Amino acid sequence: MIWHYLIRRLFLLSFVFFALTCFAFSLGHLFPGDPLVNFSGISQPDDELLPVLVQQYRLDDGYLQQYIAFLQRILQGDWGLSLASQQPVLFELTQVFPATLELVAYALLISFVLGVPLGLLAAIKASHWSGRVISTIALLGYSLPIFWWALLMIMLFSIGLGWFPTSGRISVLYEIPSVTGFMLPDILLSGQTYWQAAFQDAIRHLWLPAFVLATYPTTVMIRFTRDAMLNVWQQSYIKTARAKGLSRSQVLYRHGLRNAMLPVMRQLGLQFSTLVTLAMISELIFSWPGIGLWLLDSISQRNYPAIQGGLLVISSLVILVNILMDVLHTLFNPLARKQANG
Amino acid sequence: MPKPLISRSLPTALLALLLAACQPDMPAEVRSGLVYCSEGSPESFNPQLVTSGTTIDATSRQLFDRLLDINPDTGEFKPALATHWERREDGLSYTFYLRPDVQFHQTDYFSPSRPLTSADVRFSFERIMLTEHPFHAVSGGDYPYFQTVDWANRVVRIATPTDDQVVFYLRQRDSSFLSNLATDFAVIHSAEYAEQLIEQNQRQRLDTHPIGTGPFKFREYRKDVFIRYYRHGSYWGEPSQLEQLVIDIEPNNAKRMARLLTHECDIIAYPRMAELELISKRDDVRVQQQTSMNVGFWAFNTSKEPFNNSKVRRALSMAINRDAILQAVYFDQAEAATSLLPPTSWGHNPTLLPVPYNPEAARSLLAEAGYPYGFSMTIWAMPIQRLYNPNATRMAEMMQADLARIGVRASIVTLEWNAFRRQLRQGEHDSVLLGWNADNTDPDNFFRPLLSCNGVDSGTNRALWCDPAFDALIAQALLTDNQTIRRSYYWAAQQYLAEHLPLLPLAHAKRFQAVNHRVEGVGINPYGGIDLSTAFKRPDKDTP
Repeated sequence: MIWHYLIRRLFLLSFVFFALTCFAFSLGHLFPGDPLVNFSGISQPDDELLPVLVQQYRLDDGYLQQYIAFLQRILQGDWGLSLASQQPVLFELTQVFPATLELVAYALLISFVLGVPLGLLAAIKASHWSGRVISTIALLGYSLPIFWWALLMIMLFSIGLGWFPTSGRISVLYEIPSVTGFMLPDILLSGQTYWQAAFQDAIRHLWLPAFVLATYPTTVMIRFTRDAMLNVWQQSYIKTARAKGLSRSQVLYRHGLRNAMLPVMRQLGLQFSTLVTLAMISELIFSWPGIGLWLLDSISQRNYPAIQGGLLVISSLVILVNILMDVLHTLFNPLARKQANG
Repeated sequence: MPKPLISRSLPTALLALLLAACQPDMPAEVRSGLVYCSEGSPESFNPQLVTSGTTIDATSRQLFDRLLDINPDTGEFKPALATHWERREDGLSYTFYLRPDVQFHQTDYFSPSRPLTSADVRFSFERIMLTEHPFHAVSGGDYPYFQTVDWANRVVRIATPTDDQVVFYLRQRDSSFLSNLATDFAVIHSAEYAEQLIEQNQRQRLDTHPIGTGPFKFREYRKDVFIRYYRHGSYWGEPSQLEQLVIDIEPNNAKRMARLLTHECDIIAYPRMAELELISKRDDVRVQQQTSMNVGFWAFNTSKEPFNNSKVRRALSMAINRDAILQAVYFDQAEAATSLLPPTSWGHNPTLLPVPYNPEAARSLLAEAGYPYGFSMTIWAMPIQRLYNPNATRMAEMMQADLARIGVRASIVTLEWNAFRRQLRQGEHDSVLLGWNADNTDPDNFFRPLLSCNGVDSGTNRALWCDPAFDALIAQALLTDNQTIRRSYYWAAQQYLAEHLPLLPLAHAKRFQAVNHRVEGVGINPYGGIDLSTAFKRPDKDTP
């Protein structure tokens, strides 16, 4: 049954989260300084507060009790205060995390829109010059170091041509209150008279970082779509479909693409952690106020509660997406479904 | 075979988006705003609590006013919140007459019910001097500038005979008193706002959500991202032409420069000196320059072995090739320092010579002091770019190489700015590369914060040098108004420093900022933070 498979995945998920929280918890003790400060983020607790905190964090008890107290706090949403700003870490995360999701989502969108058709084309015209050019470009894009590529794009499009700004999500002169944390919906919700200009400005800011970040997943998409398509094209059911008299494009879309997309989807899940890493680098270069920039700032500021929270959120995201992609792959793929059930 | 729809429509769609993207059409609210790109986040929004230039630039002149100001051209005092003032014959009390109808900021967290009165002035200064004051301990209870000038002991009492008169009673004559009131730290807060915060039990908001009388009012702040100010509509002085002022925070020099070139920043703080020549050739950028009252120095931790030995300090100083540093770090945009005081100060002692560069002599001096084989030490290099030291890490690397020639093994320590300051304060360093920007014209502003015993406690004296003979010299200089007599004390003090070298003065730098060609009216103040209230943007003729 498919339920068995899902339950097994759920078990795996809970084990991974257990390991993750253990790691995050141990950081509080491994970081230099007082564990109380590392967990709470209150840099100088006064004499009244100190015993309350020690009690609340169970710091006089064994590690197991401390860990349980830590888990309870995480679940209750008490992630401590940021040492740098003295604001709740969870609040800051809700401010920066959507920015990263937004950037990654648009980059993925670009890579789908560009990568799948180009990959298809490269497969169909595998021996034609156009197919070879696409494959070469894909390989080139795959091997480009993103920081160098990003700077090159800034040099060309921002400083050289002056088409796009170099940093941020929107010109700081536009005042857009954060409601959802996602810039484009927030602009629509802001009710400002200049929302149209602000929207255009946000798109202008989005272009370069999204394009640079999309480079890697697009090339992955091209390569895997091409390989999968070439592989599928050899299958006997394609020959059968052709023999039935279906046209080339009908076979391509109905039988070819759907089956070819399965391994691509799986790859995307596997590549997601790389994508998040690249997103952090892009955020740094384009001063995109997302979780990556926030986490890097926190590391240079020795802001331990923020590092803990940031790691927890990023690794949870990567694990969730991985498992989600795995589950989707199984649901859509009859062969894998069969294997999953043993 | 029909072409797939997606590959047909894609290029068109992309092109359309691209074209839409490169037509910026800014609405009026946005056009009349100014973006100042600064080099770091402020530590607080209350200038009373800090000495760092980054915080002062971001807050002091934009949000607040002082009782009096210094005219940057003449160096003389001019009225601000006080229209005029009187000093009693014996110099022990000063009476200030306040300007009528000065309005505090109206924001979404505070609505003032009355204009400025003497109670506000009293509140602002009593917070600093009275330990039992309800706000004294809020935000740490440290007032570094006021602690270095020994404010709490020098001012006995503040009286408010009427709503528009404030009287300061001093313990002894203090010729630097008015200068201290004119610094960027001596800002006036609202006592009414403070009362409201006590009721709401949110006292710390006085320092995070400021209310002042300055040309701009606080709107929002996102740490490490930006600060947004609106124009203060009922400002007592000339109102700003800017609807809003945004301080965009970007610690990376290269990125700040890039944003100036793409016109995302209208003004950038601290352009890299290496790039000044390059950008001054562009039509859309102007470079402003002014000599400024500052000094970059190398301070030794004189509370530690072997730096408590003046021979060791002299030997280390002689090992440093200062000309190479001036060229590589300041790009020759600075003067070699012979004394703590810059030559533009009236107290500067012109008879002093710079410490000579002589590794041979340094080596033998070190042997004489008992270290023939040298020793290991740390050089702390501040992580941010300041005027007086545009690149401390580079400087430290050069000094490391110079010191290796006399057998001293130096390692470089650099941390994030706030952590750096915190650990300096704990005296963990052997030596540190820092500097000082004058807050007013008075020479006392260099000596007392940087090298007095009071400066050790308040954390501005990074040499941790406490010498009663030196303290006596600079204290005596404050007892008279006669500039000739004061100068003789300061000359003696500088001579004394040249002999003992608790710190090695390196350079006096010129101040630069790069502005967009459309921006006018930015004042560089040689005595303190930047003033953006007079800045405005000319309309761009190129875009409709």
